[in-house]
Amino acid sequence: MNGDHADRRDYPNRRPLEMQPQWVRDFPTDVPDDELVARRAFVRFLVLTSGAFATGQCWIGLMGREVSGPQPRQRVATLAELRVRRILEFRYPTADDPCLLIDLGGDRIVAYSQKCPHLACAVIPDLDRHELICPCHNGHFEIEAGRPIAGPARRPLPRIQIELDGDAVFATGVELSTT
Amino acid sequence: MKPLLTRSQSAAISTGVFWFVFLLVVLQLWLLTATMNAHMGGDQSVVWPAAAASVACLAVNLWLLRRLQHLEGDG
Repeated sequence: MNGDHADRRDYPNRRPLEMQPQWVRDFPTDVPDDELVARRAFVRFLVLTSGAFATGQCWIGLMGREVSGPQPRQRVATLAELRVRRILEFRYPTADDPCLLIDLGGDRIVAYSQKCPHLACAVIPDLDRHELICPCHNGHFEIEAGRPIAGPARRPLPRIQIELDGDAVFATGVELSTT
Repeated sequence: MKPLLTRSQSAAISTGVFWFVFLLVVLQLWLLTATMNAHMGGDQSVVWPAAAASVACLAVNLWLLRRLQHLEGDG
């Protein structure tokens, strides 16, 4: 290490090298240079994080392409069954997607995905209180539209579009919403 | 040969670059959470514009990192 470089070296106590403790004189560290290297290393780490975020964004885009295909029309129940039991469970659009078909009385029939939009626990209908309740984190959804009214969920329950054809009830699509 | 910038000047520039990169990464984090929320809610219209913005931020960050390495190499 040459003399010029040593003169430019700064120490945290602002004293020259001759006035530093013995251990500093034995192992001198160029503090500003050290800080510069640390800052550059941290910028590298930040750029790596930036790359991970950009990759995540593209991954979301690719996932969106997969789920945006046409949805099947599937017979899920008969009106006669629904009038007797008032709540029926079915699977739509795949066997891994539990849903609830609920008779609200009169001609009003609604269907929702049973997965809570918070952490995918199964919601339970409470017809007396006109709510669907998620027991995991005490989330409450109004039964008429599936909107969250209490608890951690911020999005409504995915609504299943239904069609009546004679006595048969058909599921025709899943309606997602952010509000 | 005398360097173009003094040590304190290059330190100030690298600190500025660091904070700018940090700001862009925070912006990307916000974009990612907002996009994921929209995607989970069935709104796909914002996904690709947000991805393009995020990739643009990454490109700026890579360019700044490259400039920073040049700057410190020169200084």
